[in-house]
Amino acid sequence: MRYAETGYNLEIDLSRGNIERVATDPRDMELHLGGQGTAAKILWDRVSPETEPFSEENLLIFSTGLLHGTPVPSATRSSVDTFSAQTNMYSHSLFGGFWGPELKHAGYDKIILRGKSPKLVYIWINNDKVELRDASHLSGKGTMETAECIKEELNDPRVQVAAIGLAGENRVYMSSIEHYNSSASRGVGHIMGDKRVKAIAVRGTKDLYVAKPAELYDICTRQYKIIYDKGSSVLTHTHSERWHTDVFAWGFARERRKGYWTPEIEEAWKAVTESVHVRFTGCYNCPNDCHATISYPGRRTFYYKCYGKLTYAMAAYKDLSFNYDMQAVAQEYGLDSFSTPQVLAFAVELYEAGILTDKDLPGFPKDSGERFFYLVEKIVRRDGVGDALANGVYWAARQIGKGAEEFDHNTTKKLEQVPLKLGALNYPYFLMTATGAKMNITQTEGSFPQNPIPDKEKRKEFVDKWEAAPERFKKWYMEWEPRTQPSIEAAVNITDWNELMHYIDDSVGMCAFVSAFKGQFNKSSYHINNYPEFISLASGLDLDTDKLWEIASRNRTLIRALNNRRGLRRKDDKPPEDHWKQRIPEVEAQLLDEYYKFKGWNEDGVPTKEKLDELGLNYISEDFIARGILTDGEGAPAKKASAKK
Amino acid sequence: MAVEEKKKKKVIKVDVDKCNGCRACETICSAFHAEPKYSSTNPEKSKIRVLFDPIRDVYVPVYAGEYTEAECNGRGEYTIDEKTYDECAFCRASCPARDYFKDPDSGLPLKCDMCLDDPPQDEPLCVKWCLADALTYEEVDEDGDEEKEETADEMETGLGALIKKHGFKRVMEILAKMNEEKADK
Repeated sequence: MRYAETGYNLEIDLSRGNIERVATDPRDMELHLGGQGTAAKILWDRVSPETEPFSEENLLIFSTGLLHGTPVPSATRSSVDTFSAQTNMYSHSLFGGFWGPELKHAGYDKIILRGKSPKLVYIWINNDKVELRDASHLSGKGTMETAECIKEELNDPRVQVAAIGLAGENRVYMSSIEHYNSSASRGVGHIMGDKRVKAIAVRGTKDLYVAKPAELYDICTRQYKIIYDKGSSVLTHTHSERWHTDVFAWGFARERRKGYWTPEIEEAWKAVTESVHVRFTGCYNCPNDCHATISYPGRRTFYYKCYGKLTYAMAAYKDLSFNYDMQAVAQEYGLDSFSTPQVLAFAVELYEAGILTDKDLPGFPKDSGERFFYLVEKIVRRDGVGDALANGVYWAARQIGKGAEEFDHNTTKKLEQVPLKLGALNYPYFLMTATGAKMNITQTEGSFPQNPIPDKEKRKEFVDKWEAAPERFKKWYMEWEPRTQPSIEAAVNITDWNELMHYIDDSVGMCAFVSAFKGQFNKSSYHINNYPEFISLASGLDLDTDKLWEIASRNRTLIRALNNRRGLRRKDDKPPEDHWKQRIPEVEAQLLDEYYKFKGWNEDGVPTKEKLDELGLNYISEDFIARGILTDGEGAPAKKASAKK
Repeated sequence: MAVEEKKKKKVIKVDVDKCNGCRACETICSAFHAEPKYSSTNPEKSKIRVLFDPIRDVYVPVYAGEYTEAECNGRGEYTIDEKTYDECAFCRASCPARDYFKDPDSGLPLKCDMCLDDPPQDEPLCVKWCLADALTYEEVDEDGDEEKEETADEMETGLGALIKKHGFKRVMEILAKMNEEKADK
């Protein structure tokens, strides 16, 4: 009997149209839990480092989290894992809603897609019956429109659909996979498009079992109330956006506009939001309602997620209401509201600098908002210069040339980053941005506060109630004074804790908004101290805090190794050039040295044989030694890597 | 004679404006009614379903009522606050016209028992888990007239059966005796 997981994956070879239901090894759950963790293991086993992202050999894996479908509240985030053409590295994103739990009830933990379909198809999973269906009639259709069409043709509103739009079909690097009120981004949508899969529709009516029913029910009932009381994401529930408009940079991640936010702006923003807001919506079995249905005049009704709320408006220097208008269009095309605004603002800068001309952009409008709409049409069709822009800032800059490369100032490992322009180097944020494999700070930060509370008494109160924190962090937080940096030792530990909490969330399918991301506000309902009980009661695994930490470390190391095998080294671990005004190269080097040492990686950022073997990843150390990525001597830097340094 | 306790009607009140579509009601209902209790989840076995069509902002939690052998002849469409609902959106029947409220394994109809199953709960668990308060629980006094009519019907059936078995005369004798005993007290 398998608990929490179904014990089966769905393997689909799109080239041949072969579909198989394959039993999984229970040991994988013990070692990696599920979700991102077990997906990474499959990518290691089956995708060679030479594999081109746009090739039949690349896999696109949709994973449910270990806790999806159990009564454990708020476990809704499905993981999509592959290798991205944009970064040529491991790529990973998450989406919530209802899709993952539905897949569990259909009897599968994962869908593993390989090959490429000869024509556009959608996958229809109805319990044991799985079909590849012609999707030519859906070609070019929007993400939500596609979901509506599929539900209608299957004549069942309970079908859950994840779909790409025109952007994904045309392999636009910023394309997303959209499902209801949530979407996966960061380089997974274009691989779905490359595989010619328009959508995956799921319907499941099977039981899912848990190991310790009564005990689990008991803690879940209490947890449900705790999550509710701690509250939903403030991003959808507040009208004050001062923090975001102040902190994040406008335009092409260029400048902060402190003081932009005024009572008049807040009043106007509130009025427009209330006029377009239809309803707050939640995800499966979660008491929070962090999403909202938006009906903007003249646009299709859509759902918004917290982050995308302001990104287009700020990138275009427009009135914030522009964001609703733009997002309605961009989301239907299946564009990620994180990277896309930056690409659009980048193109506007190139035009103003004379690098892109009226020849490239005939009839280019004067208004920055109209320019964004204009550019989006070109990008999703890969029309003209849109073909280069569709590859994201890094590649577009190099394809366009004529000095455009100089404008690429906000990417790390070829991927657009949060638009930040800050002053003093922040030690943990330097480490997280430079080394994070989830490629976006919001997916790495969260457990440790971003700033110390100035008043020491209040800081003490915070620490006293801080049940999520292991003891050592309480000490570091108490010692941390405003406008100073935590010690290097603390910074390394903070980075480790922050990221490992996300590695746990993303293997069990928990939403970071009730877990990893909320720790900094003392509002995480799940944390390292209570997670073991939930996971153990649901799955039957025998877990405690140490064992769980070890699994998270194993998953983190495995993913580092996936990228190391594709060439990632210390030289790549750097943040965007002008994220911070003041850079301190010798401190940064020291931070990396100490972080690597702490992680059990050698000085070139490759996990050592000793560390790999300790985590039970002997097959990786053997592979690394065979490939010359590690030498046989423990901890020694790679021959190849050393030569490059 | 003891004071007759008024019969309570159990009501789940549904506020469609408050529902955010999380479907926690479905999860917990299916868990509670699993065998053994809480050992599995399966929204399809839930006796409450959220009928929703988010694009049109339709969110209606419906809990399962009686099984019906035949579907209605014709359906109504209701427009409430500019939103159009199909009549079935509010219907609680396990009905041949749709596959809601049918056990996916056996096909047998599902019916809400207000969580009075063993051990009986203070309130249905769907209500307990609905912190958005789209579902609330009330016990209200049975409507008096309705109760009288129902009781009269029941008595007639019961007495009819006794008369059939023992004869009219014998039943009348017993009733007369009971009447005397009552007067003595």
